[in-house]
Amino acid sequence: MEEQLASVSFQVPDMTPALPEIFVLTMACVILVVDLFLTDRNRVITYLMSLATLLGAAILTFSLHTGETVLSFDGSFISDSMADVLKFFIYLVCAAVFIYARQYLIDRQLFKGEFYVLGLFGVLGMMVMVSAHSLLTIYLGLELLALCLYAMVALQRDSGIASEAAMKYFVLGALASGLLLYGMSILYGITGSLDIGDIGAYLAAPGSSDNLALMFAVAFVIVGLAFKLGAVPFHMWIPDVYHGASTPVTLYIGSAPKLAAFALVMRLLVEGMEGLHVHWQDMLIVLAVLSMAAGNVIAIAQGNLKRMLAYSTIAHVGYLLLGILTGVTTGYAASMFYVIVYAIMTLGGFGMIILLSRAGFEAENLEDFKGLNERSPWFAAMMAILMFSMAGVPPFLGFWAKFAVLEAVVRADMVWLAVVAVLFAIIGAYYYLRIIKLMYFDKAEETTPLTSGTDMKLVMSVNGLAVLALGIYPSALLALCAGAMATFGG
Amino acid sequence: MESVYLGIVLAPLIGAIVAGLFGRQIGRAGAHWVTIVGVAISFLLSLVVFKHIVLDESAAFNGTVYTWMVSDGIRFEIGFLIDQLTALMILVVTFVSLMVHIYTIGYMHDDPGYQRFFSYISLFTFSMLMLVMANNFLQLFFGWEAVGLVSYLLIGFWYKRESAIYANLKAFLVNRVGDFGFLLGIAAIVVYFNSLDYADVFAAAPLMADMTVRIFAADEWNLLTVICILLFIGAMGKSAQVPLHVWLPDSMEGPTPISALIHAATMVTAGIFMVARMSPLYELSETALSVVLVIGAVTALSMGLLGLVQNDIKRVIAYSTLSQLGYMTVALGASAYAAGIFHLMTHAFFKALLFLAAGSVIIALHHEQDIRKMGGLKKYMPITYWCMLIGSLALIGFPGFSGFFSKDAIIEAVHASDITGAGFAYWCVLLGVFVTALYSFRMFFLVFHGPERIDPHAKAHLHESPAVVTVPLILLAIPSVIAGLLYAGPLLFQGFFGDSIVVRAEHDVLAQLGEGYTGALGFMLHGLMAAPFWLAMAGVGLAYYLYMVRPDLPEKLKQQFLWLYNLLDRKYGCDDFNDKVFAGGSRAAGRVLWKVGDVTLIDGVMVNGTAYGVGWLSGVVRVIQSGFLYHYAFAMIIGLLVLLSWFVFA
Amino acid sequence: MIALSEFLILGALLFCLSVAGIFINRKNVIILLMAIELMLLSVNMNFIAFSHYLGDVSGQVFVFFILTVAAAEAAIGLAILVVLFRNRRTINVNNLDSLKG
Repeated sequence: MEEQLASVSFQVPDMTPALPEIFVLTMACVILVVDLFLTDRNRVITYLMSLATLLGAAILTFSLHTGETVLSFDGSFISDSMADVLKFFIYLVCAAVFIYARQYLIDRQLFKGEFYVLGLFGVLGMMVMVSAHSLLTIYLGLELLALCLYAMVALQRDSGIASEAAMKYFVLGALASGLLLYGMSILYGITGSLDIGDIGAYLAAPGSSDNLALMFAVAFVIVGLAFKLGAVPFHMWIPDVYHGASTPVTLYIGSAPKLAAFALVMRLLVEGMEGLHVHWQDMLIVLAVLSMAAGNVIAIAQGNLKRMLAYSTIAHVGYLLLGILTGVTTGYAASMFYVIVYAIMTLGGFGMIILLSRAGFEAENLEDFKGLNERSPWFAAMMAILMFSMAGVPPFLGFWAKFAVLEAVVRADMVWLAVVAVLFAIIGAYYYLRIIKLMYFDKAEETTPLTSGTDMKLVMSVNGLAVLALGIYPSALLALCAGAMATFGG
Repeated sequence: MESVYLGIVLAPLIGAIVAGLFGRQIGRAGAHWVTIVGVAISFLLSLVVFKHIVLDESAAFNGTVYTWMVSDGIRFEIGFLIDQLTALMILVVTFVSLMVHIYTIGYMHDDPGYQRFFSYISLFTFSMLMLVMANNFLQLFFGWEAVGLVSYLLIGFWYKRESAIYANLKAFLVNRVGDFGFLLGIAAIVVYFNSLDYADVFAAAPLMADMTVRIFAADEWNLLTVICILLFIGAMGKSAQVPLHVWLPDSMEGPTPISALIHAATMVTAGIFMVARMSPLYELSETALSVVLVIGAVTALSMGLLGLVQNDIKRVIAYSTLSQLGYMTVALGASAYAAGIFHLMTHAFFKALLFLAAGSVIIALHHEQDIRKMGGLKKYMPITYWCMLIGSLALIGFPGFSGFFSKDAIIEAVHASDITGAGFAYWCVLLGVFVTALYSFRMFFLVFHGPERIDPHAKAHLHESPAVVTVPLILLAIPSVIAGLLYAGPLLFQGFFGDSIVVRAEHDVLAQLGEGYTGALGFMLHGLMAAPFWLAMAGVGLAYYLYMVRPDLPEKLKQQFLWLYNLLDRKYGCDDFNDKVFAGGSRAAGRVLWKVGDVTLIDGVMVNGTAYGVGWLSGVVRVIQSGFLYHYAFAMIIGLLVLLSWFVFA
Repeated sequence: MIALSEFLILGALLFCLSVAGIFINRKNVIILLMAIELMLLSVNMNFIAFSHYLGDVSGQVFVFFILTVAAAEAAIGLAILVVLFRNRRTINVNNLDSLKG
């Protein structure tokens, strides 16, 4: 008996790379408990602790960042440059979401611990997704995030459309998870491993990719990923969920999870199935063109700003896919740049809706932006910057994002795809510029001054100015993405 | 030193931003203080750079400050090239700009757009500094366009005046024509040199000297000739050379300080500077140099003649600027780049002086600009009088004054040059001296001497201008006198510019002149015996005779040579020609295209049609989003099946 | 000995049944939840079969995680269902169409 025990060598895995995850988990649990003992008056403690958690996680990630790729937990957890950069932006974006949400939630008696605790668990899910290196961890991260999001959408318990949106999101999300899992199971059966590295090695061998079952696996996996990103035709949940959920939740769903979804695509498609690139490239082209077309065209008909931004998200996902489908490092870096830029811009876009809303009034219709310039020239300018940026007008940040992916596509000798992308970008410019027209040239119907807190206004201004400043100095962020991708998978 | 260079550029920019965005908060005094301090910092730092580069003879700085983006191996960046040429230019620009800033306090005193004006002129200074400090074509182009844009804003500063709006539009359009050539030139450089960096292009240029390109069917053109001429077209627009000169006289619609800034230190000198900066390219193309030479010569003489018949005090000076720019261009064409830049510098001082003095007269007379309604102002405005006299003497090249050295050097250089067209150019510039003296002193006598023809209403308040106006005049008068004495030798003959200007040995006319150079005094004595001096004296004498002794004669001459007068008065018909042919023609063409092309085809079918079509499509497609869960799930399954069949069948 | 393919066919059939259950069912949301469970179980079937035939235990570990997650998912699904019913007084899929366009 003694001997038998000794022969079972149990090695304690190296916990250091996962310290940020462990920290966020611990803190989320602590906040959950602390929140139970707080009255509504002291609820701000939950808020501050959540922000502190994100700050602490950012410090941990930063101090653990070595630029080297470290595997841990028997290869199912990876810490590399891409993961660190994406995590950093996830913290940043989520912190902004928390700040934007505060006043809105207070005004609607939703300022409970649940929003922040679920938000933090969601952050944990995203972190696991970003650092996952086996099918199992990918699935766990994905589900942790998804379950938090389902709950958050339903958080506004007295709202009919919120619960409808939650139900739709839940069913479709579960369906997508099921399809992804089915693909994973086939992948496991063929390659005999759950480890991304092993799968990649198996598929990289010549002749291994002719298997028809493998094609099934790829298709199922892509469906799962496309659902998370929101690519057409797996996008249908996005408009309804964005519309139905309360705006802070929409803001949360629309921004940070896309960063994690991008990481997921990189891990599964690029690191795991690079050997099948020729096959998934065609699929992504179809999805990208459909997304750019449907997103930009349908957005024009929207009168609800949240829905419009939802369709704009779908269009952005199309552009995001352009970089990935080139199958080269510069393309991946361009896509990573795009997704970060997208998260920053979306943050600002939905942030503006929150800024203009107040108790009992949701500024989510286009009409609510009429004459904003008269009410607040400063925030009208911020919104104008954001809209120009989303439309891809130089010198704003969004221009560089589009420029980067288009350059990658042209370099990959797919000029026609770039032309299509530009064409739909022009169509897309119409609905962004329409908002600018409303703000500057129409008479205001609403004359109440903006009532948001100082923290919100400050972060909103930083958000808008960052889009401008980074547009003038894009090279630092571009270099960051290029650097992260240079060491990816190697 | 890098931070010093950055400081030079950024100080005026910060001033402009503060005065522009927060003008209301900081008030009038705040606006002029913040911009003047900004430009003053810039000027002091320029002195530091001048000492560092020129006096201490440190190596030139060529470095990138910021890389904007890299595309296909071509770097788009912001960088500075600080050598002797740049050091001199920034000193001149910041000095004149500083004087103009101070002067503006007095001139714009009652204007409601006070803060806006200060913001613009600081921005103008910033743009010009970016232009001259550039180390690559992108930044050069940025500065070039920024200067054009701000000049557009400034010429139309009094935007409620119809004529100001017309003038700024004209300036903008004419400059666009030039910019088009400039842009093509830069594009050709990018295509053939695959770099935007000066250093790379200059290094590669000799290897390209014999390369030819085919533009139309069978014509083979030398590549560098094409590039140089295209770039020069840009310079013609900015530096107002015939036939792209038409915008400059009209730009007098702007307030006087900006006329001084545009004409003396910024904008118009950009073209001259650019050609001098590109000397490594121009030296490789004799054809391009000949073009430059001939255009400059035509400008120098013909524009001077137009100055004879003008009655607006500012327009007289404006035509003299055109003529002097012609001299600088001639110098460039004769490969005497140093002489051109030297004349640019002396001209900057005395032309700024003349403009500001004219402005002083204008405000004293309550915005009266017609010289026929002046006269005898000497006793009312002594400081302005003496400053104007110094400026005029410098302009006509009276020995000892700064203009004498630079202009004489140019004339001698052209005389010594054997490039095609040099003979023609020599006669043009020689005659130009006479004309210059005639119109300068015509104006001078009409304004300050002779009978008083002043409006009695204005006369009641007539007095010398305040110190904010006269002090800049005096400060500008000093270099107008001594700059030539001090710098003629070093700049022209003693290799001041080092490697910043490249001249091929067989073109180096200044070196030939330099062999006989024995110091500024010798130069002056030589000048006293040479033709230009006597021509200038003849011009002054004739002006004195015509406008002081026999004031009835000009009118008689005018009647006698009415055709000539009309020709000059109509500016050789340039404006009419442009209005009728280009403006009228393009308006007519525009109308046709608008009616047929725009309204029916583009607006009707394409724009509105597309917008309508997309809108309709959008309305239809959104129906797919039915709201039913099972439809959504069904769409996903369909998507999955499409992807699957893609594989199975592909 | 049952062949691997037979397990896989069974898994595929269960999977198709569940998918059909999701988009053919137009009445009761609870049936959707059941279909989702069924889908996860069909994946489990795949994993176990592969795991057994590959002689690799990690597939079976995966199944335990899927079961756990499925339980959590069911809990959240039912919670949303309760909220939905309280707001709408119906759990009919056909009535869930206030968000569209």
